[in-house]
Amino acid sequence: MRYAARRLAQAVPVFVVTTFLIYTMVFALPGDPMLALAGDKPVPEQVLAVMRQRYHLDEPLLVQYGHYMLGVFRGDLGETFTGQPVSELLQDRWAVTAQLALTAWVFELVVGIGLGVLAGLRRGGAADTAVLAGTTFVIAVPVFVVGYTAQIVLGLNLGLFPTAGTDDGWPGSYLLPGMVLGSFGLAYVARLTRTSLVENLRADYVRTATAKGMVRRRVVGLHALRNSLIPVVTYLGVDFGNLMAGAVVTEGIFNLPGIGQQVFQSIQLQEGPVVVGVVTLLVMVFIAANLAVDLLYGVLDPRIRRARA
Amino acid sequence: MLARDAWLELRGRAVFWLSATVLLVASAMAAFPGLFAALGPNERCDLRMSKRGPQAGALFGYDLQGCDYWSQVVHGTRASVVVGVAVTVFALLIAIVLGLVAGFYGGLADALISRTTDVFFGVPFVLGATVVLVAFPDHGMWAMTLVLVLLGWTTMTRLMRGQVIAIKHMDYVAAARMLGASDRRLMVRHILPNAVAPVFVVAMLNVGNVIAGEATLDYLGVGLQYPDVSWGLQLNTAQTFFAEHPHLLVFPALFLTATVLSFLMLGDVVRDALDPRLR
Repeated sequence: MRYAARRLAQAVPVFVVTTFLIYTMVFALPGDPMLALAGDKPVPEQVLAVMRQRYHLDEPLLVQYGHYMLGVFRGDLGETFTGQPVSELLQDRWAVTAQLALTAWVFELVVGIGLGVLAGLRRGGAADTAVLAGTTFVIAVPVFVVGYTAQIVLGLNLGLFPTAGTDDGWPGSYLLPGMVLGSFGLAYVARLTRTSLVENLRADYVRTATAKGMVRRRVVGLHALRNSLIPVVTYLGVDFGNLMAGAVVTEGIFNLPGIGQQVFQSIQLQEGPVVVGVVTLLVMVFIAANLAVDLLYGVLDPRIRRARA
Repeated sequence: MLARDAWLELRGRAVFWLSATVLLVASAMAAFPGLFAALGPNERCDLRMSKRGPQAGALFGYDLQGCDYWSQVVHGTRASVVVGVAVTVFALLIAIVLGLVAGFYGGLADALISRTTDVFFGVPFVLGATVVLVAFPDHGMWAMTLVLVLLGWTTMTRLMRGQVIAIKHMDYVAAARMLGASDRRLMVRHILPNAVAPVFVVAMLNVGNVIAGEATLDYLGVGLQYPDVSWGLQLNTAQTFFAEHPHLLVFPALFLTATVLSFLMLGDVVRDALDPRLR
């Protein structure tokens, strides 16, 4: 419990500094958003002053940030410069990205661990070689190349999946984008599971269990695999944040109206409030995932729990 | 001794020679593109030839502007290789220094460095890079390098710190300290050489990841801009046309994949060679 409290206390400053960093970067974008909003028409000085005051643009950056953070904890992400609440703008988009990331995540988890176990159990065998070669290849090909190739070959030519948009709902529309998004992580999970399993299969406790006459399936399933999955769980936890944040590219290819697409447009339009809102929420997801993994760690492995207490 | 053993092990691996060859060719292309391509970047382009596929006289066909695609792809090598290597070297230096200081001294220095690492680790790569790059629109290759270093030094620093902590309690370090070695000597002469091997391996894998990351930013349109030539930019252009003109996508993707793959495979075999446990 003390360990959990300490971890939580560490996460708070990290959260504050990270969000402040992003806040500063975004609002350091060149150009005056108020003038950009007005377009070519001249704007009276008083109007500008009122608008600046309304969005706290006339105060020091630190104060602006303070106002913003107070709002975030009340569930208010501020307004865009055209007066639309950011939370409203993002509401539907979050669902799309979350569905996409979750699909990718489940794909990573199930197929990744499956392939890793398959390869690890027969180290040096045909399945092992195939998995190693295949995963290295998948890691090396950039995700947008994987995306376009999959879209054309599996979607357009073979007609197995819808090619773009969310018309088919979940899971139909999300299967192919999810697989593309998860392909990188899948390769990592498979390799990590394999290496970890290979190491654990040589451990003394596995030999002892085998020597005592335990059947192999129980040795692997009950003892070796459980210990092997500790680093895999870490990766999977951290990767959920990566998937949410990395969805920009995949959403672009498959034309999914998620937050990635939104934030990318907003960066180019200098819509500071939207960018900061999305990135702040993403950082929250990221830190929460990290925290969850660290706590889960202690549950999975008593040695870690005791060493850290 | 370890290095010699590792070399003996490496020498017998076909994968090692394969990836080393690819990287040698890629480096040569980056350093002396004139040796491989007859034309300079964006030179003698003919719009009438726009998007034509491979044919006699143009092995890779033509790009959107009607430039010879083989020359363009060759000239694209430099951006990827230079950014990939430069980012990794700078990140590695930062990681070694910060990791040594944090791991060796512990206490306040460690807390400060570790928390800073956490902060940068928490910034999502694509979004963080996009925000910075849009804020400074006139960026070239070196600005890209800076951004990628800023977002990419954390993993190696964490690893280095962990290595140093594991090694500083060893008897031989205590012996050197007892003989009167200074902190700096302990760090540089005794701890560093024994701590750095796994970090080097990760660095090698990292070059591949940086190259893929740079290409992604180019592809999204926030990285390098025309008239720069890079694989990422070529793939950016290709996305609109590649259903009818697949050669636009295939060739830069092939070069990009081969380079990234070689760095990853090289890192893998070197790790196997250095880590006798897996043999």
